[in-house]
Amino acid sequence: MTTSDWPLWEVFVRSRRGLSHTHAGSLHAPDAELALRNARDLYTRRGEGVSIWVVPSAAVTASSPDEKDPFFEPAADKPYRHPTFYEIPEGVKHL
Amino acid sequence: MATAAQRITRTPAGDGPADKTAAAAAYEAAFDAAVAADERIEPRDWMPDAYRATLVRQIAQHAHSEIIGMQPEANWITRAPSLRRKAILMAKVQDEAGHGLYLYSAAETLGTSRDELLDKLHSGRQKYSSIFNYPTLTWADVGAIGWLVDGAAITNQVPLCRCSYGPYARAMVRICKEESFHQRQGYELLLALSRGTPEQHEMAQDAVNRWWWPSLMMFGPPDDESQHSAQSMTWKIKRHSNDELRQRFVDICVPQAETLGLTLPDPDLRWNQEREHHDFGEIDWSEFREVLKGNGPCNEQRITQRRRAHDEGAWVREAAAAYAEKHAAKGKEAAA
Repeated sequence: MTTSDWPLWEVFVRSRRGLSHTHAGSLHAPDAELALRNARDLYTRRGEGVSIWVVPSAAVTASSPDEKDPFFEPAADKPYRHPTFYEIPEGVKHL
Repeated sequence: MATAAQRITRTPAGDGPADKTAAAAAYEAAFDAAVAADERIEPRDWMPDAYRATLVRQIAQHAHSEIIGMQPEANWITRAPSLRRKAILMAKVQDEAGHGLYLYSAAETLGTSRDELLDKLHSGRQKYSSIFNYPTLTWADVGAIGWLVDGAAITNQVPLCRCSYGPYARAMVRICKEESFHQRQGYELLLALSRGTPEQHEMAQDAVNRWWWPSLMMFGPPDDESQHSAQSMTWKIKRHSNDELRQRFVDICVPQAETLGLTLPDPDLRWNQEREHHDFGEIDWSEFREVLKGNGPCNEQRITQRRRAHDEGAWVREAAAAYAEKHAAKGKEAAA
């Protein structure tokens, strides 16, 4: 048995309390527990994190780059979702 | 470092041959436009086969260099002159392992596996940087490697942080942050020796004499002989030419050597006011080619040790996989 039998994991690190976990990279490990330990050694050697998530890469569903334009298109023609869309008379405060 | 779901090699799809050609052209145009606009290419984007192959070759060689590079320095861990130096050296060698892993991950996003890459390293089908085929004869070599070898690596790697391939660029950002410690510890080590006893000073000078020229060779052959350079520049994998980076490195090192109180072993090295750069002597490219061919002082030793470490670690990988399998089965039983 070689390492190719070890699944791939995606690693997310919370750099400090109050911030969300951010994708740091990936690694191979035989199970979740070792994935966590490997992630600690690989991605937090200089105190880069206070919390780690590991997720099997196979469990991630991603949108397709080919459908990028149609997939995100519904948001493209709705400028009224942004506050800058609205004209407010000068001098109006707290708005 | 994308997910497995993102590691699909995409080919243009269409109904007929005409469609296919049109679709392929559209994909290629989108790729060219993204590169021209300085956008990053990500794993699931369409990319030319040659771009993918170039990246795999370069990232693999880079990853192998990090892993093989652990050996010359690890050679001195048990003989470090103080606990402080020993702790520093262990941290550095561990970093090199980490850098190798970041880079293998980046290569894997291109549809190759780490096992395949290791296999190619072990069978000599992929290379690592020639610099690691030189021996570390004295403790001062640890300092010279940190200052010169890691210094040259940083000069090469900083522009790679803006490489057109996203996962490679991101790995390089992480690596460059960590390399800075490597270079500074080496410089500090050499400074301590240089300001020490006459014997220590001489040891530092000897190490610099041996590592200077091989470090200059790390930038690769001169521009007019570099076979991959032009295409890599067009694809924005590479941002500066070999000679340009080599010149930058020489200019950086000269004043640093002065502060160290050490000389660089090149009688032709002098400031050229007109060019506003240092002129330096001819590099012995025949030596470079010999080492590349496998005839360096340590080629055989490095690869033998790598293979042995891999084989001797097999039982650990097998045991961990067996343990994971057993517990996964238990979990299923309990759920049933």
